[in-house]
Amino acid sequence: MQNVKSRLLVIAALIAASVWALFPRQVVERVKRDGVFVYDTVSRVPLKRGLDLQGGIQLTLEVDQSRQTIADVSDALDRAMKVVRTRIDEFGVAEPVVQKLGNDRIMVELPGIEDPRRAEEVVQRAAFLRFQITDESQALERVVPRLDGIVKDKGLAKATDTTSRPAANALGSLLQTVDSTATADTTGTSTDGPFRRALVPGQLPGQYLVASADFGQIDALLRTPEIQAALPPGKDVRWGTDSLASGTLVYRTLYVLESRAIIDGTYLVDAKPNQDPLEGAKVDFVFNNEGGRRFRNETAKHIGDNMAIVLDDKVMSAPVIQSAIGARGQITMGGRDLQAAQDLALVLRAGALPVPLKVAEARTIGASLGEDAIRQGLLSGALGLALVVLIMVVYYRFSGFLAICGLAFYVLVTLAILAGFDATLTLPGLAGFVLSIGMAVDANFLIFERIREELDAGRSLRMAIDDGFDHAWSAIVDTHVTTALTAAILYQFGTGPVRGFAVALLAGIFASLISAIYVVRTLFLLWLSKNQTAKTLSI
Amino acid sequence: MLRILHNTSWDFLKQWKLSVITVAVFVIPAVILIPIRGFNYSIEFTGGTQMELTFREAPAIADVRAAISGAGLGDAEIFTYGAPTEIVIRAQESQQVAQLEAGAETVSQQIERTLRARFGDASFVIGRTAAVSPRVGGELRSQAVIATLIAFALTLVYLAWRFEWRFGVAAVIATIHDLAATMAFMMYMDLEISIFVVGAVLTVIGYSMNDTVVVFDRVRENLKAHRKMPLYELLNRSVNETLPRTVMTGTTTLATLLALLIFGGSVIRPFAWVLLFGILVGTFSSIYIAAPLLRWIESKWPHRNEAAPQARAAKA
Repeated sequence: MQNVKSRLLVIAALIAASVWALFPRQVVERVKRDGVFVYDTVSRVPLKRGLDLQGGIQLTLEVDQSRQTIADVSDALDRAMKVVRTRIDEFGVAEPVVQKLGNDRIMVELPGIEDPRRAEEVVQRAAFLRFQITDESQALERVVPRLDGIVKDKGLAKATDTTSRPAANALGSLLQTVDSTATADTTGTSTDGPFRRALVPGQLPGQYLVASADFGQIDALLRTPEIQAALPPGKDVRWGTDSLASGTLVYRTLYVLESRAIIDGTYLVDAKPNQDPLEGAKVDFVFNNEGGRRFRNETAKHIGDNMAIVLDDKVMSAPVIQSAIGARGQITMGGRDLQAAQDLALVLRAGALPVPLKVAEARTIGASLGEDAIRQGLLSGALGLALVVLIMVVYYRFSGFLAICGLAFYVLVTLAILAGFDATLTLPGLAGFVLSIGMAVDANFLIFERIREELDAGRSLRMAIDDGFDHAWSAIVDTHVTTALTAAILYQFGTGPVRGFAVALLAGIFASLISAIYVVRTLFLLWLSKNQTAKTLSI
Repeated sequence: MLRILHNTSWDFLKQWKLSVITVAVFVIPAVILIPIRGFNYSIEFTGGTQMELTFREAPAIADVRAAISGAGLGDAEIFTYGAPTEIVIRAQESQQVAQLEAGAETVSQQIERTLRARFGDASFVIGRTAAVSPRVGGELRSQAVIATLIAFALTLVYLAWRFEWRFGVAAVIATIHDLAATMAFMMYMDLEISIFVVGAVLTVIGYSMNDTVVVFDRVRENLKAHRKMPLYELLNRSVNETLPRTVMTGTTTLATLLALLIFGGSVIRPFAWVLLFGILVGTFSSIYIAAPLLRWIESKWPHRNEAAPQARAAKA
């Protein structure tokens, strides 16, 4: 009896600990209130719902090595992760997950967010800000014949569209007057070609217009190594983000900039979105003291010049420097809305990504789908449990009832373990949970069948129960260990959904082991101590 | 007390030919066909873009296809999923890569825009979208294979330690059979191999191992208890003794799986199918394959001390 009492105490302690682990508690988290995210204390059960159960976006990012190779990817990723985490915190998501996968990927989960494009932009944007003076020496115009010569010689144009467009051509002829005597060296040059036809000088120094119909061809040519080698040295050629409409034609802007940046975004300490009645949405930014001093000196030297604001190799705008600018400046959004300005200010504040990232995997799960999944998961889970209860009670009667008590303990402990390890409850997790119920009852079948055999062999009731548990022990341990091995490997090698499944299965295996060999046995001992003279057992 | 299959004494080992026939009819053709036909891999493994849309009114598939072809995605697969209003669109990786390189809108945005233009803004809601780069997909496939191999190796070591190497080999071969049969089932059913289904296959491995271990545990015990009994008789006896448990566990697990299959929804369904089949096969193999195999291995590589078969279980 003493033995039974201490066993009951242990079980009571386990139940108390499990209930405590699952008890709703006060947590500080970001919650959405009137469409805005604020920090607040809320009371909730500490079981996180996975993305598939509440809807949202999952992004897997990897280092983009297409333009440059990165020596220490893992270290670069660690630094990038900090920036991504800061950005997401500011983005305003209730329970974001930012996690390193292996050594070369970052997984980002944004529950409740439905616009994948915006999320991708915020997370992935390099946010590398540079200020460069536009070229005033017509460096690009002087190399146009050579560029066209290269296109002709190498046959680059064949790959792209060469049909000339009359309208673009007419405007292109303006260019011809500028540099008809550009170079005496005619070998490898051409007086006609895609560059001559497409490039139209813009209103600002170093600015050119390209009809949007020609954009694809020129952009593709500018990316070829042959053309890149022939571009003027010490200059950068960058596309602008804005487009100009002239009559029915739409033009993209192309800028030629001094390669040396007068300042870059590393000196930036603050950025705020703003709305201006004249210029529309814009971002106001502030440099630190050192950056302010440099900016003032540089802009003082370049009064009257145009300064291009280059974000991620794209020219946002190129205003004229009226006077020396200090620590404060602004970036106009070129007609984009306030949300775009908000997002830009956000990424500028969080800092530039140390390495370029690209999206390797993107998933969106609609919120309604999450609700359906929960309903279906709960329904099938409850039904499965009901069937198990039915089979146990019909087949084993009173002993089956004891096993069901053990099963209730098992369910409680499994959920408590999941909450304790801060695991996320996903749909596969629910399936793994339902499946490990099978494992839990299997242990009971092994024990009960064994007790029946011992009774058949003519042992006394107490002996039969003891031997039943003892003899079933080796089979129970071996089956649990082999399954746990598989689950552990699933956890190690799996990602996302498979991991959720493995975690639930592992927690279930552990709880099932305690439930079958400790809790159910204690219940039998308790029954025996209350019925000392019993000769038969309902099993 | 309610009892099923109590005190049976069926000669299971005599029917080892049954397993040979099922393997020849069911598993071998699949082993030949799989390399030719290949599996129906999900987007996670192939890379590409997949969208699940729920329309208000069932559209004609031909219309959807025409609209998407018009957007330059002619190779996209389009099929219904469950109800005729639920449409899945799957675009191949090359298109996605080309799109991303060009820096244009992603394939999913393109599909959404095209279909909203064709069927109207409020005509459908997007359930799930997934875009996976081909590199990630390839890695996932090799990960699944490595996970399976390591699971086998670890189980072999564990069983060799807990029992003896003959038991370990018989259990692993029986489990490899279950794996092959389950893969054959997936191929015949043309089930889509998602990462979730791979999880189910690995669970089948665990379960099948489970069942075999229970039978072998009884063999180990009987080897100690009945030192004079011939192995043939002893194996049969062990299978018969564990039969009630085998059937009860199988029935209960199948009952839970049926609940998952019928009410679990479209995501869980393929998973439940694989488990349902795998558990049937796992139960079958522990009786008709693992036990005869153990006898065959014992006859090929007999234990050195013929007079004392009980020594086999000395470690346990």
